[in-house]
Amino acid sequence: MSEQRTGAQIMCEALIREGVEVMFGVPGGAIMPFYYAMWEYRDKLRHVLCRHEQGGGHAAEGYARSTGKIGVCIGTSGPGTTNLVTPLADAMMDSTPLLAITGQVFSHLLGKDAFQETDIVGITMPVTKHNYLVKNVEDLPYVFKEAIHIATTGRPGPVLIDITKDAMIAKTVPNWDVKLHLPGYKPTYTGNRRQIREAAEMLINAKKPLIISGNGVIMSEAAPELREFAEQLSIPVVTTLHGIGSFPEDHPLSIGMPGMHGWVHVNKAIQECDVLFNIGARFDDRVTGKVSTFAPNAKVIHVDIDPSEIGKNVKVQVPIVGDAKQVLQALLEELPSAQELSELHSRMGSWISHIREMQSKHQTRQQYFKRDENVVLPPADVYAALSKTMNERGNYRVVTDVGQHQMWAAQLLDYYRPRTHITSGGAGTMGFAVPAAMGVAIAHPEDTVWAICGDGGFQMTNQEMATIIQEGIKNIKIAVINNGYLGMVRQWQELFENKRYSGTPLSGPNFAKLAEAYYWKGITVERPEDVQAAIDEAYATDGPVLIDFRVEREVNVWPMVPQGASIGDAITDVSEL
Amino acid sequence: MRFALLRPKSLRSSALKKHTIVALVQDRPGVLSRFVGLIRRRGFNIESLAVGHSETPEISRITLVVESDHVEQVVKQLYRLIEVIKVSDVTDDPTVEREMVLVKIHSTPTTRTDIISLANVFNAKVVDIGTNSMIVEMTGAPGKVENFIDVIRPFGIKEMMRTGRIAMVRGARGHQASEYVEASNGHVAQPLN
Ligand SMILES: Cc1ncc(C[n+]2csc(CCOP(=O)(O)OP(=O)(O)O)c2C)c(N)n1
Ligand SMILES: [Mg+2]
Repeated sequence: MSEQRTGAQIMCEALIREGVEVMFGVPGGAIMPFYYAMWEYRDKLRHVLCRHEQGGGHAAEGYARSTGKIGVCIGTSGPGTTNLVTPLADAMMDSTPLLAITGQVFSHLLGKDAFQETDIVGITMPVTKHNYLVKNVEDLPYVFKEAIHIATTGRPGPVLIDITKDAMIAKTVPNWDVKLHLPGYKPTYTGNRRQIREAAEMLINAKKPLIISGNGVIMSEAAPELREFAEQLSIPVVTTLHGIGSFPEDHPLSIGMPGMHGWVHVNKAIQECDVLFNIGARFDDRVTGKVSTFAPNAKVIHVDIDPSEIGKNVKVQVPIVGDAKQVLQALLEELPSAQELSELHSRMGSWISHIREMQSKHQTRQQYFKRDENVVLPPADVYAALSKTMNERGNYRVVTDVGQHQMWAAQLLDYYRPRTHITSGGAGTMGFAVPAAMGVAIAHPEDTVWAICGDGGFQMTNQEMATIIQEGIKNIKIAVINNGYLGMVRQWQELFENKRYSGTPLSGPNFAKLAEAYYWKGITVERPEDVQAAIDEAYATDGPVLIDFRVEREVNVWPMVPQGASIGDAITDVSEL
Repeated sequence: MRFALLRPKSLRSSALKKHTIVALVQDRPGVLSRFVGLIRRRGFNIESLAVGHSETPEISRITLVVESDHVEQVVKQLYRLIEVIKVSDVTDDPTVEREMVLVKIHSTPTTRTDIISLANVFNAKVVDIGTNSMIVEMTGAPGKVENFIDVIRPFGIKEMMRTGRIAMVRGARGHQASEYVEASNGHVAQPLN
């Protein structure tokens, strides 16, 4: 053990010690020593050569989001690192544990505008949870340990380690016996008992309580506790875009997604509820709409591991700083017996049937299936067939890009388990889906991973299709919802800007042929009657398949709460504008 | 490390409340940059900033004066920084606040004695005398420093350097760095540079 190691070898061993198995990256001058060392460890540490560092970053995010483990991406100095800025920002917004390892110029060249020198630590400070510049080989064991600890604990997030080339080349006897020294970093996991009691009491006595479940429930693996808690109290559950999968959608207490493209009955229930229990969601403005009119009748209980989230957007009566799982466990301990809760249960019966009545009045998925004679292939037909087939075949995970197709995937597909719906929420990063799906597919070879993309976002990062072939990844299928527009922007232009389609009509290559060029199977679908056959063929093919669904061009996502409006005032049709 | 930032009065937007924030931070490269970056992100003006070692090794103390009506959220968000150990808005607390200024004042044999006697009134010290200038050092509560500068200005200020405000809560309240930091043991926290 007391052998000398190069810095690069120490980096590899540090990663292996932390349980890292896969890394996504692109090499270059400054990071070459790491690649040199990686070769020795290739049996334990798989390197996936990506076609663009952004793709590597998103792939690592997909890996992390679908496993809960840290995702690792690599770039060389200069452009190799700046290409990682978008995935880092994305991971920051969505609290994804990500480690970016970047090569830096020799330490004696720092600050001298050396070839491919960029101050990546300076650039990424606002988009990382923490970052480091390492110039001494002796610091590497400590820094890697601390970095991974920070990325994966508390509110997870991205961390970047920038290492000078000389620190990777230099040798030392690594000292692994390091103890973390972080006096300022002590995340609170257990919620305050008094506040937990208060929350339990509030919910038990509520007439119209509602649970909002977010990403925090998924990240802390609290879905079983959430389910038990909701069932014991019989309280309906709303799942945010990132909360999708934290509560099974076929559960009688599941009522759906809130917010800008949430169902009308969900938003109305929020506006009516008297106690709102938010666990692990951050009251994003896409959820709250106009904050001053959000949940006007509700006392709010907010559970979050990040104290700075509580009270940031919405006024909170009972703040609980803690980990979703631990807080739910503590809450469950506070609940009285089922008999004592019988009164609550009967109250809940009428509250839930009231919500269900609103639901049937305002409709949810049904509204997409009203046939218009002139429409050839409505996107909803694609989703209906996907939903049916996915349910039949089971074991699927959905990764979506950003735009209309993303909202339809949230609205029209079914999710029952955590980490089966992965999307870029906080940052809304177009180009996320294809590389992220690659990371998910690598982490879950037993599942079928569907990347649902728009024709716009697909064209931002589709070169990772080559990576997928090179890596022999077979369990990935791409559905391009091809509407010939930057559809979500077009929708806003249609609804709020007099149909001035400025910069939104979009052409593309023949996507099926593009897929074939990448040695994928490519299928083009233009008619509703071909949808199912194409999906079946995708499943029957032992390898990656892309289906180009040429859907009706100008279809909107409904309902929609216009930006700045109250979530109670959704519009469900153009005629309501 | 020692660092100060001051802006001329003419640029200050006086309508907003000034808040004095005191923070304990782990002394690592980049900590000041992160700290200031978070304030900048909110578009707040930094009135002054002073940083220096605390009573505990590896821990620094920052005194920050910002103009804003919404510092509460910023104080919370500062805790997101890994190095931040403790942050308090001490604006409404009983504190001792001090600032130091060095002023190089234009002086002639005739004005010299006037300057010296004014300095005496303010408990300021003459630390250097040249043929047509002198340097005066003055430490005091920020308002008093302001007064001193106003009084001295007519003589002609050639150069001035202010440290920015430092603040400490009176009495038993307040916070010692040692309360938050376990004693270092061997190879912890290698200085990362
Ligand atoms: C990188 C990036 N650039 C721009 C945007 C703004 N934007 C949001 S949705 C959207 C349209 C996406 O078009 P497409 O991928 O075709 O999906 P569609 O909405 O048509 O389903 C755009 C341009 C974004 N979210 N991300
Ligand atoms: Mg499109």
